[in-house]
Amino acid sequence: MAHALAPKATTLAETGSDAPYGVIGDLDPRVRIVMACVFAMVTVALVDIPSLIAALMVSVGLLILSRLPIRRTLKRMAMMDSFIIFMLVLLPFTMPGDEMFSVFGFPASWQGLWKAIEIGLTANAVILTLMVLVGTMEPVTLGHALHKLRCPEVLVHLLMFTVRYIEVLREEYLRLRGAMKIRGFRPGTNWHTYRSFGYLVGMMLVRAIERSERILGAMKCRGFSGRLLLLQEFSMTRKDHLFVTLLSALCLGLLFLDYV
Amino acid sequence: MHIVDGALSNPVVIGGAIAAAGGIAVGLKSLDLDRIPTAGVLSASFFVASLIHVPIGPSSVHLILNGLAGLLLGWAAFPALFVGLLLQAVFFGFGGLTVLGVNAVNIALPAVLAWLIFGRLIARGTPLHGAIWGGIGGAFAIAATTAFVAMSLALSGDEFLPAAKLVFVAHIPVMVIEGLLTGFAVLLARKVKPELFVKGSSA
Repeated sequence: MAHALAPKATTLAETGSDAPYGVIGDLDPRVRIVMACVFAMVTVALVDIPSLIAALMVSVGLLILSRLPIRRTLKRMAMMDSFIIFMLVLLPFTMPGDEMFSVFGFPASWQGLWKAIEIGLTANAVILTLMVLVGTMEPVTLGHALHKLRCPEVLVHLLMFTVRYIEVLREEYLRLRGAMKIRGFRPGTNWHTYRSFGYLVGMMLVRAIERSERILGAMKCRGFSGRLLLLQEFSMTRKDHLFVTLLSALCLGLLFLDYV
Repeated sequence: MHIVDGALSNPVVIGGAIAAAGGIAVGLKSLDLDRIPTAGVLSASFFVASLIHVPIGPSSVHLILNGLAGLLLGWAAFPALFVGLLLQAVFFGFGGLTVLGVNAVNIALPAVLAWLIFGRLIARGTPLHGAIWGGIGGAFAIAATTAFVAMSLALSGDEFLPAAKLVFVAHIPVMVIEGLLTGFAVLLARKVKPELFVKGSSA
């Protein structure tokens, strides 16, 4: 779905093959979801810096296998880092331990630094794997796969609706913003801006509700009874078994590395 | 406002996941046939709204609007916001996987609380009266979210406490902005489509 933000991108709701993503794209979506969860849990359980670096290397390896644009994906990962960098920089100063250096009389501890590095490595390894294994799926495929993994049906329906309408509503948002711009609206830190944005959000919601009423009417007219039929079937192939075995072995290896 | 993998202790992560599962279950129960499309479209609108950057001084903040989501959806805001978080984590790399439960609780529980406390108030009286309560509800939801985030961090270790406090203080302007925007959004909705909140608060 990341590509949805680029102009002229295909919409989220288009089902298609996931073929462009190399080896990863050929795998069974269910396998990809489950293995991403397994890898995340293993990585979160690791405590040593070397094993965490190894975990990050595994996820980078998966990234290379997936043939995603490497720079763009890493940039997106770095965007998440910009959210947490604040907390990580603060950690050495707030965690008690052996003094490393001090800034304006505040001592920074080695323990805090290691903890910050640990969190940074874990977060990046997990999110990168998630984006590579699951983020390369068509959002609709994700819904079907979650359904086959026995997620509650209503939740999957909700996911499918959301995926379907994000693009529609984003277009509506851009249209409203365009209309504001053409009338000379320039956002700033003032009452007028906040009122205009508030009205913008309010208008989007009112239109969204009215749209949903039309959607429901149209769906009922076609016999909607509260269930969407999810017909996509998945099958495990030898490739999937191989992938599961290899990644599980890597996970066990990571745990072993961490243990010794 | 997203917490990432690896920062929280295991009890907090597991507790968050269980609480999120409970909240989602309650929310899904309140979604009957007629409300699935509404919840889906609103979930998508809140996803889009979170991409709006509002200028504040030299910087800008992006909207969360969980208070407004709660006011419109009630308990259904729980699964709706969870879906948004899931999509953000998977496709944009915001947040994390094991902390999805904690993040969902931190965002969605304040939404539900805002609805429980302010849901009826915004539907009553003049639109302006409703808008003021809506604004308070919107600010309250962000304040509660920040407090929950701070709490999840503090429960995981004392070393996060200063960071947690700072996060709260740093978000005070965000609370003001979210409150203002929620208030104006409610004002417009009350004027344009008065039946919106009446239906929302009774459902």
